[in-house]
Amino acid sequence: MSATKRFDLRYFIRAGLLAGIVPLYTSVIGMVEVFNKREVVKGMLTLGEMLVIFPSLVVGYLVALKWRREGKNPFLALVGALIAGFVASLPTVLLILVNDRIPLRDMFVNVNPALMEILLVGQEQMAQGAFILMSVLAVSGLLGAVVSFIPYRFRRPLVIALVVVILSGLLSEFIKQVLQQFIERGALKQIVQGKSLTTKAAAAIFVVTYLTTLFWDVKGQAIRTRYNAMPASRKKQAGRLWKTMFGIFLLILPWVLGPYLSEVIDNVGLYIIMGLGLNIAVGWAGLLDLGYVTNFAVGAYIAGVLTSTGPLGLGARLGTDPLGFWIIIPISILAAMFTGFVLALPVLRMRGDYLAIATLGFGEIIRLLALSDWLKPYIGGAQGILFIPKPELPALAEILNLADRAPALIEIAKGDSLLAGLMNLILYGQFSGPQELYYIIFVGALFVLFVATRLNNSRTGRQWMAMREDEDAASSVGINTTTAKVLAFTVSAASGGMAGAIFASKVGTIFPNSFNLLVSINVLSLIIIGGMGSIPGIVVGSLALIGLPELLREFAEFRLLLYGALLVVMMLVRPEGLWPSPVIRREMAADEEEPPPDMGEMQTSQPMRPLSEASD
Amino acid sequence: MTDNILVAEKVVKRFGGLVAVDHLDYELPRGSICSIIGPNGAGKTTFFNCLTGFYSIDEGHVHFENYSLEGLEPFQVTRLGIARTFQNIRLFSNMTAIENIMVGQEPHLHSNWIGAIVGSPGTRHEEKLVEEEARRLLRFVGLRGKGDMLAKNLPYGDQRRLEIARALASKPKLLLLDEPTAGMNPAETLQTTNFIRRLRDELGITILLIEHDMKVVMGISEKVTVLDYGKKLAEGTPEEIQNDPRVIEAYLGRGAAQLMAEAA
Repeated sequence: MSATKRFDLRYFIRAGLLAGIVPLYTSVIGMVEVFNKREVVKGMLTLGEMLVIFPSLVVGYLVALKWRREGKNPFLALVGALIAGFVASLPTVLLILVNDRIPLRDMFVNVNPALMEILLVGQEQMAQGAFILMSVLAVSGLLGAVVSFIPYRFRRPLVIALVVVILSGLLSEFIKQVLQQFIERGALKQIVQGKSLTTKAAAAIFVVTYLTTLFWDVKGQAIRTRYNAMPASRKKQAGRLWKTMFGIFLLILPWVLGPYLSEVIDNVGLYIIMGLGLNIAVGWAGLLDLGYVTNFAVGAYIAGVLTSTGPLGLGARLGTDPLGFWIIIPISILAAMFTGFVLALPVLRMRGDYLAIATLGFGEIIRLLALSDWLKPYIGGAQGILFIPKPELPALAEILNLADRAPALIEIAKGDSLLAGLMNLILYGQFSGPQELYYIIFVGALFVLFVATRLNNSRTGRQWMAMREDEDAASSVGINTTTAKVLAFTVSAASGGMAGAIFASKVGTIFPNSFNLLVSINVLSLIIIGGMGSIPGIVVGSLALIGLPELLREFAEFRLLLYGALLVVMMLVRPEGLWPSPVIRREMAADEEEPPPDMGEMQTSQPMRPLSEASD
Repeated sequence: MTDNILVAEKVVKRFGGLVAVDHLDYELPRGSICSIIGPNGAGKTTFFNCLTGFYSIDEGHVHFENYSLEGLEPFQVTRLGIARTFQNIRLFSNMTAIENIMVGQEPHLHSNWIGAIVGSPGTRHEEKLVEEEARRLLRFVGLRGKGDMLAKNLPYGDQRRLEIARALASKPKLLLLDEPTAGMNPAETLQTTNFIRRLRDELGITILLIEHDMKVVMGISEKVTVLDYGKKLAEGTPEEIQNDPRVIEAYLGRGAAQLMAEAA
């Protein structure tokens, strides 16, 4: 027997122990207990249980896959996965045992009876509970291995369907909020109970997703081929149809989602605006800016001071009317750009890490300035600025002399929250809640998106990217790296200012503590997760990093932990980000007479063409 | 009196106690192909860096056409009409080949970021020209069809060509090539040599190169300058240099030089 065919017990034990760290660690920090309050499928599975079971499942899958890839005995892969799953339970069992002898609660606050009850699966007897825990995890490992045996064609839909079920389970509270506008209470009860999916609904979602994915995998290629075979004009039509439908969907989104979810989407939108701005500095120009919150704060405070109707507002000071929201947006943008410009000057000679630390400092300086006694008479210190009005448009109802009939119009639309809300907004022009403010953020994000796209594909954008790739070489091709850097900081700051102004108006009161380091970290993380320098990546990153945690409030306490874990996983699995920036095809766009070279051929060294042939 | 495109007078560059370039006088005739050779550490690349603004010189003067290059930043030197390549290729690796060349045209561009955002006609026109010119240069260096590949994915030889194309994009009057044939096989070296000669003959670009491959140096140079310890050891036509005992000594050591002399 060759050495490679031997059953490598140590490998499985090591993998199991690695997986076992997850349930142990999350138990000790209290995550399991908090997550256990959230049921994914009613009466079947809680999020906490998933935390304990999932690592075994994954490790079983991975070891079995690796074992078989190396051409080893598939039966031993199953045994190995079983062992790995079992070993993964040992650290947690050890925790239970130790805690029984020496109460660990003095050291680890979260190791409490409630946690023990979860880990022991509700059993009175410790031995029984531990045994169940061990066997469940061992079986999970085995199950993971079994999944790895399923042919890819059937495995992929399975994994996707499971993910969809878990996600819809987690988001069931919000699914309920959306659905209750359309279907009656009794029917809703069949789908969502409390905050979790019913077993029936979970099964239905699983089956539907599984079949759809399977269908797409089998037939998708044919559909794509048929689509590609369509004449260009038809394709254009289809594309326009999709775009229009997507546009309409985005326009009615807040009314479909309801107030709470609109609030979440608003926050996502604000972070998209900021992300697109910071991306200019970090993603394109390669200037690691850890103090982006500076621009956000400047925008918000400028907007606060100039529009507040309270004692701190400029209006009260000068005895005039405070400025309106619409004029404030450009002022805030310019103010933030000015700040970006000024802050760029001292850090011009810094590169990489040093620049990051300096900008980190700016972020803190701005927060401390806002808190300081020195500026307190102007911006309120810790009390912040109050009474910042919501944006308004001139009421259409009065312009058109519809004032008498307007309530009737809204009455007609009654019963349909979507229409009534829109009608109200159009007739009275009041951006009073998250559903109305959505439109301002939407337009703002579109504007920033437009500017970013234009810049990306321009001389300036190329200057920034060249500078990111190699500052010396950029200088040697004639780029003035000093001005390019200053410009990157300045333009990047602009959208921070815009987001700040909208934020101030949205929340109505601003406090220094809204402008802490976490904002900078959030924006930076969403860029990294989405894909450095990628515009669609920022949208995806915002949804994943800002949207999801708001929806899963259990995560709030552990947000930074999850960010860290997510960043590590991303760097390992997908360092280019969720949606990396596409390569712009420039040569082939106009040079279509020659087919692009085959990429497979490219790997082998090509014979050089004599230069004389290439002459022009 | 010959027309010199570049004149260096008594250039000194020190790094701490080390004198990397030591009172070097250098004259580069317009329209010529000249080489600088010398053992490792002789100060060749340092001299290049002094010319292109990467290092500020400690003493002496450098004149390019009628301009003094003292105190200029690299980008300003490039805008005057001096382009360079690097010993270890320094492309913008995560940009496509064609984008690399587009960036290379930097000294001749006028559009700015505001024009880019509003999409002014001038900017759009310039963008179109820049793309066309980049495509033309891509073909000129024989990289047709590879323009949309990321620079880092190109094979080594293509990367060297792309770097030259990027340098050419600035429409230089003087091109400084730092070991353009390093790492190439004999066939590739020959092609590159011919290509460099064409640059001078067809485009009228003056060329100064640092090279280790004596075949290349002796084949295309009109003037060869030998540096050793930052000083000019010898200067002349390739034949003169080949027979100069001091050069042989610097390269091979005293014993070898004596042997060669005896053999001759």
